[in-house]
Amino acid sequence: MGKYISILVAGLIFGVGLALSGMTHASKVLGFLDVTGNWDPSLLLVLGGAVAVTAVAFRFILRRSSPVLEDKFNLPVARVIDGPLVVGAAIFGIGWGISGYCPGPGIALLAAPAWETWVFIPAVLLGAFLHKAFTSSPGGIVTPPRGVDG
Amino acid sequence: MENFTPASALVGGLLIGGAATLLLWLNGRIAGISNIVNGLLDWKRGDLLWRLLFLSGLVAGAAVFYALFGRAPEARPDFPAWLLGIGGVLVGFGTSLGSGCTSGHGVCGIGRLSARSLVATLIFLVTGIVTTYVVRHVFGVF
Repeated sequence: MGKYISILVAGLIFGVGLALSGMTHASKVLGFLDVTGNWDPSLLLVLGGAVAVTAVAFRFILRRSSPVLEDKFNLPVARVIDGPLVVGAAIFGIGWGISGYCPGPGIALLAAPAWETWVFIPAVLLGAFLHKAFTSSPGGIVTPPRGVDG
Repeated sequence: MENFTPASALVGGLLIGGAATLLLWLNGRIAGISNIVNGLLDWKRGDLLWRLLFLSGLVAGAAVFYALFGRAPEARPDFPAWLLGIGGVLVGFGTSLGSGCTSGHGVCGIGRLSARSLVATLIFLVTGIVTTYVVRHVFGVF
């Protein structure tokens, strides 16, 4: 039970952080990505603030043999910078630059649903489905099985 | 730079990092939203509940913030739905192929000092910046 409560609480804090940071507003994110416009560097501070916490805290956490409430850590195993990583990140960036939403703010659209919610979230699921369908069907784009990073 | 909101951005970022820290410390999991969402499609027994709980918390957290402080995002009236749909498909496909997004690679991966995540983050920042330039300043879509 406790392990489910902690997941819910972590999600809650994540959602509050996203909303407070302004990153749930596509216009705010695009104001950062649009470096030639009226540039808004806020997203750099969001990422910087988050990484400042994880870079310090993760060092200590990963010295443990297991997490507090479960048997083992579920961590990415991939180490090689390969084609799927590079191409996937590039495609994701294009979608991010078009829409102004990465997956977290995309899901957070459900907190204040409007037409964008009902277009964006199904589209993300469709995109992920297309990738998974391609990689598992014979004759499709074949990529070796890998761990996930996040 | 008059849109710059350094205090809320920094505190929001610290909360996001804190949430990722809690999830790794207590549950041993990476708070990568694309993996949490895309993994729902694998439909594996015993692997769905934690994903739905985290995402429900995320939505509830944002909803509580909007209820208390306002500032809920409003849909862009003039943004073409078909273009948003294409953007969404690319986000889903790209994060699935590239194993992560801004949170998984950016916040957690860089926090783990992963070279893969650092490279991925630099790549999606660059393609995001170039794409936004093209959409806004070549095609004039806002």
